[in-house]
Amino acid sequence: MALLEVRDLKVHFPIKGGILNRTVGHIKAVDGVNFSIEQGKTYGLVGESGSGKSTTGKAIIGLEQITEGQVIFNGEDITSIKNKTKDIRKDIQMIFQDPYSSLNPRKRVLDIIAEPLRNYEKLTKNEEKQRVYELLELVGLTPESIWKFPHQFSGGQRQRIGVARAIALKPKLIIADEPVSALDVSVQAQVLNFMQDIQKELGLTYLFISHDLGVVKHMCDEIAIMYRGRYVEQGTKDDIFENPQHIYTKRLIAAIPDVNPRNRDKHYVFRQEVKKEYEQAYDEYFDAEGLAFGLKDISDTHRVALPERG
Amino acid sequence: MSNRLLEIENLTTSFRIGDGYYAAVDNVSLTVNRNEVLGIVGESGSGKSALAFSIMRLHNRAKIEGKINLEDTDLVKASTNELNKLRGDSLSMIFQDPLTALNPLMEIGAQIGETLVLHRPQMSKKQRYDRVIELLNLVGIPRPEHVYQQYPHELSGGMRQRVVIAIAIANKPQLLIADEPTTALDVTIQAQILDLIHKLKEEMDAGIILITHDLGVVAEMADRVAVMYAGEIVEVAEVHTLFENPLHPYTRSLLNSVPTEGQDKLHVIQGIVPSLKNLPRTGCRFAARIPWIDESAHEENPVLHEVSPGHYVRCTCHSKFYFPEEGKEGEANGAS
Ligand SMILES: Nc1ncnc2c1ncn2[C@@H]1O[C@H](COP(=O)(O)OP(=O)(O)O)[C@@H](O)[C@H]1O
Ligand SMILES: Nc1ncnc2c1ncn2[C@@H]1O[C@H](COP(=O)(O)OP(=O)(O)O)[C@@H](O)[C@H]1O
Ligand code: SF4
Ligand SMILES: [Mg+2]
Ligand SMILES: [Mg+2]
Repeated sequence: MALLEVRDLKVHFPIKGGILNRTVGHIKAVDGVNFSIEQGKTYGLVGESGSGKSTTGKAIIGLEQITEGQVIFNGEDITSIKNKTKDIRKDIQMIFQDPYSSLNPRKRVLDIIAEPLRNYEKLTKNEEKQRVYELLELVGLTPESIWKFPHQFSGGQRQRIGVARAIALKPKLIIADEPVSALDVSVQAQVLNFMQDIQKELGLTYLFISHDLGVVKHMCDEIAIMYRGRYVEQGTKDDIFENPQHIYTKRLIAAIPDVNPRNRDKHYVFRQEVKKEYEQAYDEYFDAEGLAFGLKDISDTHRVALPERG
Repeated sequence: MSNRLLEIENLTTSFRIGDGYYAAVDNVSLTVNRNEVLGIVGESGSGKSALAFSIMRLHNRAKIEGKINLEDTDLVKASTNELNKLRGDSLSMIFQDPLTALNPLMEIGAQIGETLVLHRPQMSKKQRYDRVIELLNLVGIPRPEHVYQQYPHELSGGMRQRVVIAIAIANKPQLLIADEPTTALDVTIQAQILDLIHKLKEEMDAGIILITHDLGVVAEMADRVAVMYAGEIVEVAEVHTLFENPLHPYTRSLLNSVPTEGQDKLHVIQGIVPSLKNLPRTGCRFAARIPWIDESAHEENPVLHEVSPGHYVRCTCHSKFYFPEEGKEGEANGAS
């Protein structure tokens, strides 16, 4: 059984307009997404900004209202907020992109990390402090850190504080929304390594959201490519990177800068070819509204939104 | 005619913090040729933007020493008047955030036209309009006549950055500084903007300084690369040399921290870029971040050495550098 199963998830935001402020349409931020994640795995959700990645993550954890579809966690239907029992809210945690704004600047590290503990566990002041010390050690921060404020830390350290808070309740699933996008490569390396280490240690499952294909390739077992609220392709890391089928996936992969300058000219030519293919085949691969078609299985692991041929 | 466009000699830019001045750019010497992209890389806080702003002379409360020769003009000594003539004309800059670089209340066409009015006052209204449309076409903006009358907020991030580029190249600059021009953009847009900058270099025979923290972008774009750390240049080399035979421990650490094929653990550079006040001003500034290297391996006053033609490395002790995971045997590799 998968730890998380998302079935035909839709999140539509109403667009209000006119003098009566009535709903005049909908932004289909997430428009029929299906996937499941096995316990202990890392599932990557990739796409350009505005494609619906964050909304998907937030809908799962209950921060965004689900319009349609189902979210099954550990065999339980947690689609509606009222079914998200205390235990389930403990089991799913989220890490946000911006280590600068996601921590309350007026709170000390002790209070930031202890907050979830206070909500869910009845600990004495001493037990609580002990737990925070353990968590800080786990994320590689010094014990003195507990008295400091977020601004006294570097970006990477702040992201670690966010991680410490997210793992405080020993969750089963962590939704990491662009956890390293705001960080320098050096700090990014630190956070990624660390996320892998605690994954092994605690048996965590990740839903890893990112627009950076290089990072996703490094971290994820399975990957989905999202475009305007829908999946265009889903598969194993190899399916996506070695055998991409959708023109959008191909274009995204071709756009990643190649870190070997010897490949520059070759890569440039390749990128132009892919761009041409994309432009020529666009009408075939997207419907009249510019949206992707439904997914078709092309192997046991690989699904692609291929053109609907009449 | 020499190909040399910009020659920076012993540039030091210091900011006043509290009671003293602290150098964010420290004794930097660099050159840029025509039809060349010089990439500048380094973690945030290394001094890349401070260097760019120094060349543009945009700092208003900093102390600048040294020379910045753009052809025959020393920008350090140039008067405000001279600078105003140069900026936006033969010297221009693309900033990271296209939204703050544009005036929200002014039509796109008028914003691009403004720089023409300033530097090409002899142009007629019609000529100016035609040139703006030409520029919008050049940076790949579809329906330029329509966009001419739009406001910044009506455009996507990628389109806005194109407008910023159109303004920067309106007067065919000889030196174009691009400070993280694609950091805020999606990869497909980034690829288009980079291709555009590449095309401009060739068409205008311009010299380009491309600042980025993305080593992939450098590999795609730069002819030569300068690696900056804590205000200093620690390595300069032709792009292939830098990627194939990086010598300075900082360069090697940066390259190792990028996820690439088949790598299990990423290299982590310990510690952080020191703030200006906490910078060690004697000895090697990077030593603290490679604590496993023996004290005696470090040089007391590292300076740039030319180890092969055009390849400069700060200090000679790079031969004693190895990654902890590869052990001391790594020594020989670094020394080649
Ligand atoms: N609360 C909201 N109200 C209205 N529209 C929203 C809201 N949140 C997100 N959107 C829209 O939904 C789409 C997807 O957004 P998001 O999930 O944040 O994308 P991503 O994380 O992939 O960048 C965007 O068009 C965005 O503007
Ligand atoms: N106007 C300023 N006053 C004081 N310190 C500054 C100023 N501008 C930059 N700095 C400091 O100079 C150092 C280099 O900054 P910057 O050039 O922005 O780095 P980068 O562009 O490489 O990220 C940093 O420590 C930064 O805090
Ligand atoms: S002294 Fe040399 S080896 Fe030591 S840290 Fe500096 S550059 Fe590296
Ligand atoms: Mg998002
Ligand atoms: Mg900068």
